[in-house]
Amino acid sequence: MFPELGQIALILALLLAVLLSVVPLVGSLTGREQLQAFARPLASGMFVFIAMAFGLLVHAFLTDDFSVAYVANNSNSLLPWFYKFSAVWGGHEGSLLLWILLLSAWTLAVAIFSRRLPAVMISQVLSVMGMICVGFLLFIILTSNPFDRLLPNIPADGADLNPLLQDIGLIMHPPMLYMGYVGFSVAFAFAIAALINGRLDAAWARWSRPWTTVAWAFLSVGIALGSWWAYYELGWGGWWFWDPVENASLLPWLAGTALMHSLAVTEKRGVFKTWTVLLAIIAFSLSLLGTFMVRSGVLTSVHAFASDPERGTFLLMLLAVTVIASLTLYAFRAPVVHVRSRYGSLGREIFLLLNNVLLVSATLLVGIGTLYPLVLDYLDMGKLSIGEPFFNTTFTPLAIATGLLLGAGIFSRWKKTDGGWLGRKLLWPLAISVIVTTAVVIGYGGFKPWAFAGIFTAVWVAVATFWDLSDKSRSRKGRLNGLKRQSRSYWGMVLGHLGLAMTIAGVTVVSNYGIERDVRMSPGDVATVGDYQFAFRAMGQRQGQNYTSQYGTFDVMKGGERIAVLHPEKREYSVGMRIMTEADIDAGLSRDIFVAIGEHIADGAWAIRLQYKPLIRWLWLGAVVMAIGGFFAISDRRYRIRDRAEETAATGTSPGKPLKGNAEAVS
Amino acid sequence: MKRILLFLPLIAAVILGVVLFAGIGKDPTRLDSALIGKPVPSFSLPALQNPEQVLDQELFQGQVTLLNVWATWCPSCRQEHPFLMWLSKTQGVRIVGLDYKDTRSDALQWFKDLGNPYEVTIFDAEGKLGFDLGVYGAPETFVIDRSGVVRYRHVGVVDEKVWKEELSPLIEKLRSDNS
Repeated sequence: MFPELGQIALILALLLAVLLSVVPLVGSLTGREQLQAFARPLASGMFVFIAMAFGLLVHAFLTDDFSVAYVANNSNSLLPWFYKFSAVWGGHEGSLLLWILLLSAWTLAVAIFSRRLPAVMISQVLSVMGMICVGFLLFIILTSNPFDRLLPNIPADGADLNPLLQDIGLIMHPPMLYMGYVGFSVAFAFAIAALINGRLDAAWARWSRPWTTVAWAFLSVGIALGSWWAYYELGWGGWWFWDPVENASLLPWLAGTALMHSLAVTEKRGVFKTWTVLLAIIAFSLSLLGTFMVRSGVLTSVHAFASDPERGTFLLMLLAVTVIASLTLYAFRAPVVHVRSRYGSLGREIFLLLNNVLLVSATLLVGIGTLYPLVLDYLDMGKLSIGEPFFNTTFTPLAIATGLLLGAGIFSRWKKTDGGWLGRKLLWPLAISVIVTTAVVIGYGGFKPWAFAGIFTAVWVAVATFWDLSDKSRSRKGRLNGLKRQSRSYWGMVLGHLGLAMTIAGVTVVSNYGIERDVRMSPGDVATVGDYQFAFRAMGQRQGQNYTSQYGTFDVMKGGERIAVLHPEKREYSVGMRIMTEADIDAGLSRDIFVAIGEHIADGAWAIRLQYKPLIRWLWLGAVVMAIGGFFAISDRRYRIRDRAEETAATGTSPGKPLKGNAEAVS
Repeated sequence: MKRILLFLPLIAAVILGVVLFAGIGKDPTRLDSALIGKPVPSFSLPALQNPEQVLDQELFQGQVTLLNVWATWCPSCRQEHPFLMWLSKTQGVRIVGLDYKDTRSDALQWFKDLGNPYEVTIFDAEGKLGFDLGVYGAPETFVIDRSGVVRYRHVGVVDEKVWKEELSPLIEKLRSDNS
């Protein structure tokens, strides 16, 4: 009976979502406050019913209710309970329900945390969120019902969760990623509401900023988790494949990063409005596009869910309605700006504009690379994949340019920066960065142009960030006091940029100085990779809860000393007979040592993959630091006490603050 | 800036939408359409069990054939093997093997241990024919019609489901064509 209740809960949620998307909006357009007042209760009610449906699906998994088709296809009674739990989002239907749960949670959060917003605005924002919910609830109820039953022939046991997904990384990755994807719906809803009532002003930008930042922080962590998982679980040590689905998550991230920066300009200076609102629409549209690409089967990918034309068509219609409606609204309502450039040469506005140009170029580039094969196929010019070389050669220069610009932009001032002053300011950071980079490159054993460029970019960003921090925290009452006086949003920017520097450093070093060797080894053999020796001691067998495993024992030695014992495995899962390679990794901040077993070749000899991965952890830690920065930024006081400042914010200056303090966070 | 420019994003989105719509329902795993409808590439390779015997594309003339790419280093092939045995014994399908990047002694031992479902097996130690066929890994199975033209390619293990839903109907159809 529980699954039927779940279905009823979804239908009730749909009814509430329909009401939410109509009633408050009508109220706001006709000026009837009693209708606007429905927005918050409807948002709460919708969340409650969706949460109930989700809870009932979780219950079905934990109690092994194999009469539910989705449970039977994605779980098994042998699974440990936490994998049964995470199996809820291990397939299309359940992960879609998670998507909707998070969407309704964001809607609820907007309802709760925007008490200070004008009622008209909030009712329109919640209505737009309600419309998105209607679309996805219809999608799940009509095409992807997770509560469908297998009656009367109930399977004795489930088909098991794909072993690739039986992993901590996969418990965390989808919820984080979806938090990011779905989070951009809030910035989108604010943009639509602002377009409807023509209030594209600094206050709108200020309301949108924290929501965008949180979504972006979640998305950063989600992408990093996915990359980390691919690294240790897919078994060959790659951490980014430019796979269409990875790209699908990178696209909204790039657009979201551009949006965060552009919102800063719109809030502080009241310019770029037309552009910012377009970015808000694009960031969410790209999230939807990502969802579409994963679930429609139009692209080949390790992530793709079973392709189903019906679902693909439905999602595309949803995407089309959202994008066409919002862009049409945009085309008619966005302000046509005729400002004479109020931002003089080298003002911070210019730097952020260039930042946006670069980020949007990167978005376009990744988008084209991802969709180009589809376009070719459409034109009947054959199927092909655009490989890593395309992305690596085109994306890298853009990333480097963005970093170099960032280092200079940190020192710039709003409106106008004196060129000579900026040049002198940059001299020392430049000198330090060159020296540090040279030392690092030599330390890693050789000059390579791209390695130098990448490491220089990372060091440059970090040095400039610290330099600026040291400038700002200079205080008569001592350094510590000066540091304390910095606003949270400034700290957010510092962490965001340092995180980026870490990620760039990690990516550059591991790509240029990492070593991987594929060797044939029998027990007793020793192979050398860089400074490390790998001694293959033996193969053994063991029994896991739902698999049997053959595992190797490797001693890793450096300079004659044993530094680690690694046990890479090949697992055979008892249900479905799937074979999985489990690499073993000796992880460290400065390097990872990675061993994976491939095929059994003959006579006890195995194909073995040995890898030395310097600084690889930094690329994920960088994302975590960026996300922490995001949370710092939104905890800034000015988002709480701000009613007073609301009107004055539109003019771009806050009263009673010295100019220096005003140079707070741009990220 | 003119208002007309603000319509550009909308236009771009509509064009992209049309392309995406056309992509729905196409099977992205069939990357290999290049070979489908074309004759089997020419080759000249020894037979596995008899190194003296030279096989070429003439092998595929006259009968509808399944060409199965396999190797002893491939665990999925071991998983697939019993089903191929069953196919050759009970369904009267002609199966030709392509032993891909393998060693002869391992392959012969495999037949001794597990049985031989193939009418004849092409021994492709260097993977030449495999390369021409665009094989990315074993096992892969091609359906070839009686005039030696590749009609279908299946990547991965052939099991009952694949047989019933994909291969068997196609083979029936090819057999009934102009016979």
